[in-house]
Amino acid sequence: MNEPTADLNHPQLPRRPLGPPLSEPSCWHDIRVTVNGAPVCAQVESRLLLVDFLRHRLGLTGTHVGCEQGSCGACTILVDGVGVRSCLTLAVQADGSDVRTVESLAESGELNRLQRAFHEEHGMQCGFCTPGILMSMTALEESSEVIDDDAIMEHLGGNLCRCTGYVNIRNAARRACLRERSRPVDEGADRDA
Amino acid sequence: MTPEEEGPAPFIGRSIPRVEDDRLLRGQGRFIDDLQIEGMLEVAFLRSPVAHARIHEVDLTAAAGLPGVVAVYNAAALVGRVEPLLNSEELRIPEGIRSTIDPVVRIQPMPLLASGEVNYVGQAIAMVVAESRYLAEDALEVIDVRYDELPAVIDPEAALEEGSPRVLLEAEDNIGIHLEHGTGDVDQALRSAAVIVEDTFASQRYVPSPMECRGIVAHRDPFSGRLTVWSNTQTPHRVRGHIASCLGLPADDVHVVAVDVGGGFGQKGILVVEELLIPLVAQDLGRPVRWTEDRQENLTAGSHAREQIHHITAAADESGRLLAVRDRFVVNLGARNMVGLVVPYNSLCHLIGPYRVPNVQIEATGALTNTMFTSPYRGAGRPEATFAMERIMDRLAAKLEMEPAELRARNVVTPQEMPYQTGLLDRRGLTQQYDSGDYPEMLDRAVKMIDLPRVRTEQQKARVDGRYVGVGFAMYLEATALGPFEGAKVSVLPSGRIRIHTGAPSQGQGHRTTFVQIAADALGVEMGEIELVAGDTATIPFGVGTIASRALVTAENAIHQAAVLVRQRILDSAAELMEVDPADLEIADNQVVVKGSPGSAMSLAELMRAIPMTQGGSGRDGLSEVSYFQPPNYATSSGLHAVVVEVQPATGRVEILDYVVVHEAGRIVNPQIADAQIVGGTAQGIGGALLEHMQYDEAGQPVTSTFMDYRLPTVDTVPDIRLAEVVCPSPTNALGVKGLGEGGAVGPPAALANAVEDALSPFGVVIHSCPLTPDRLWALLRAGRATER
Ligand code: FES
Ligand code: FES
Repeated sequence: MNEPTADLNHPQLPRRPLGPPLSEPSCWHDIRVTVNGAPVCAQVESRLLLVDFLRHRLGLTGTHVGCEQGSCGACTILVDGVGVRSCLTLAVQADGSDVRTVESLAESGELNRLQRAFHEEHGMQCGFCTPGILMSMTALEESSEVIDDDAIMEHLGGNLCRCTGYVNIRNAARRACLRERSRPVDEGADRDA
Repeated sequence: MTPEEEGPAPFIGRSIPRVEDDRLLRGQGRFIDDLQIEGMLEVAFLRSPVAHARIHEVDLTAAAGLPGVVAVYNAAALVGRVEPLLNSEELRIPEGIRSTIDPVVRIQPMPLLASGEVNYVGQAIAMVVAESRYLAEDALEVIDVRYDELPAVIDPEAALEEGSPRVLLEAEDNIGIHLEHGTGDVDQALRSAAVIVEDTFASQRYVPSPMECRGIVAHRDPFSGRLTVWSNTQTPHRVRGHIASCLGLPADDVHVVAVDVGGGFGQKGILVVEELLIPLVAQDLGRPVRWTEDRQENLTAGSHAREQIHHITAAADESGRLLAVRDRFVVNLGARNMVGLVVPYNSLCHLIGPYRVPNVQIEATGALTNTMFTSPYRGAGRPEATFAMERIMDRLAAKLEMEPAELRARNVVTPQEMPYQTGLLDRRGLTQQYDSGDYPEMLDRAVKMIDLPRVRTEQQKARVDGRYVGVGFAMYLEATALGPFEGAKVSVLPSGRIRIHTGAPSQGQGHRTTFVQIAADALGVEMGEIELVAGDTATIPFGVGTIASRALVTAENAIHQAAVLVRQRILDSAAELMEVDPADLEIADNQVVVKGSPGSAMSLAELMRAIPMTQGGSGRDGLSEVSYFQPPNYATSSGLHAVVVEVQPATGRVEILDYVVVHEAGRIVNPQIADAQIVGGTAQGIGGALLEHMQYDEAGQPVTSTFMDYRLPTVDTVPDIRLAEVVCPSPTNALGVKGLGEGGAVGPPAALANAVEDALSPFGVVIHSCPLTPDRLWALLRAGRATER
């Protein structure tokens, strides 16, 4: 419990392409990014995907790859506060930006309200899609958009989940994001036993 | 003794929040692609771009010379080293089936890498091992293969025609399976029937599509010299057995660990060639090796499912009582028969479902085609059979001008008839017997929940306004608790905590919660003191796995048995040390306490410490027990889906107005988790009913190889689903539980097709297959309108 998120300045994390690199040194770039609040400087090859940079160079494996085709949303992260598919983004494109991943959510060590809602509403089964969904919802929460049911449905529309059938995901998202309401608008899977 | 007589069970039956969530919510799951081992190599496969061809020399020279490439393999590199893959467990034909039915089952083992011939797009031809996946994929580009294309056969019925080109050059024809089975005399029954309906109903090809693709890591441990394999498999012990025999190692020297798994649904329940090749490479190179399947590989070369065509006939008397069912169906096996009778026989023995049918005749044929092979996917033959049976029931109701729910009510087996024998053989080749269920009650509940009379009134009113509303039902059974066994080891640890080991891992089902609920009840300790390790072959000698809606029944009963034994051992050895009668002791708060005098107590940790210091005694073998549970019969769960839809004739769009599932799965361990399993399965079924369709063109090219084309349900596809539950505890096991993992996926295609057809009955539309996409419905409507004129 309460494991700190990976120490991004740990000396053992590779800062440079490991041999053999993915491309000639002429195609390497120095990037500076803030990842979950920590400044990171690294050298990356031009074709390195942002998701691979996060997962395999920085060890932040909470961001998942479900398709590498931009269609499942499992790899969703926040870049400068906006939800982005890290499988369709090159690491070099993140230069100068603020990147946040699922590992940043339980800031205080405790699960945040959104995470708690997914637990309480059983909004996850295998949990593979969950980080992407949490980040899509975080993007909504932090945006200036009016958060109503349509906005929630719209933001969840880009994330695939194969396990839950979405009913409990909707309930969790509503519970966390529709602040003024204590219960989700829709009762979802009513029991009539 | 039934569980009720043991007194109140505190954990079973409660919606205990899941213990697995915390890690996953923090992004600290450990899925296969998250493992990081110093020096790990990555693998990429060259796969066939054509459906059928002879291949000539696979030239690896250029690839081998590229930067970062460590090794390259083609079929020639494997000659004399490894045998082609056979899923031996699935291919065994039970004695009763062999002697009574004598099926034709021809097996075509899968070469680990294609040699001489490729039979489907996606078949592995060569393998590159490199320092990273990027570099491995680069090397694929320069591998030279010459293909001499051969005719490809894609349609399963065309494949069975006389003179069809052969799918596999060395096979004598394109038949993988053929069998006939039945009861009574169908011809005789047809002669006396008042009504006969016949039609063709087909299920399309699906891809199970877990959100995490397959993956495997293998590493020869330098300390022990043993091979450790991490796999996102549903069946780790089977994987261990296959790897060991493939590499010629003793099974004890292969250690398979199932890590966090991002959904399985059957696709991760059968062995694939990659699961043998990666360990082989790790042995060869002495370095850790990983293969992570990408989505395109998963959609085209991960196993497919469903695709069946049923030509079905049903006969009834004038009051609608079923007299006979005849079904002739064809299963598209794909390029090889990889899982034998599993799916066709499952379709066969689930076809008549909850209905009393005195005369049944079923003929099943498995056809080979130049497509990806098919294997069990959530439901495994049941959705296809249910689609045929429940569609023909509605055709029969239409012919009799009877309310479909009423027709069903007249034909369902009643609780008084339980245990009910169908006259057929089950999958084990023994007399098929439903252990328990209350199908009339389920129907009653569903009819009330959707308020059928009101729906019918509104349907009439809506039609006046040019709106088309329809209602559909689908009933099905699910024989759960497939054998032969599952095991559990329950141990008290030195700290006094309890650890459970079992061979059935979780792919999201929440075993760490539900299995622990059962153990906590049996032991009398708090759930927080118990942890579950599932799917690690080093910790329990034998296991089967989490497939076929079996884990909860088989593993939980094994856990229950072992925990009851451990509890007795705890009491006996504590009694000896405390010099009291074991009957005077109880376990409370992780302590063994003398009943009525809470002062005299011994903690489990103290007990553990005392055991090695004590000669002899009940505790001398430690406080640990292994138990295996062999289900004596299937535990038969059941379900009923009732759905109300509105269809827009102008666009062919289907809107779900109400969706009700009534299910019966014995005693429920954790209602929240059980409900979520039903809803999740139902969503997959709705996906198949409305969207999902894995398609090939005539040349055998897969045309739906991304999630843009193979369309999974999204948040707005799946409506809120209203659930109701009927409980008939299973007499087949001490806990009274039944499996329910697959059920939800079985009903939706039939229920939705029935509802859509009902909505469009003024247009004379008949639905023969899914998905019910707007363009397909629109085409049917146009054809219907044309015949009307
Ligand atoms: S992995 Fe990026 S959208 Fe699927
Ligand atoms: S919980 Fe498994 S994919 Fe969403």
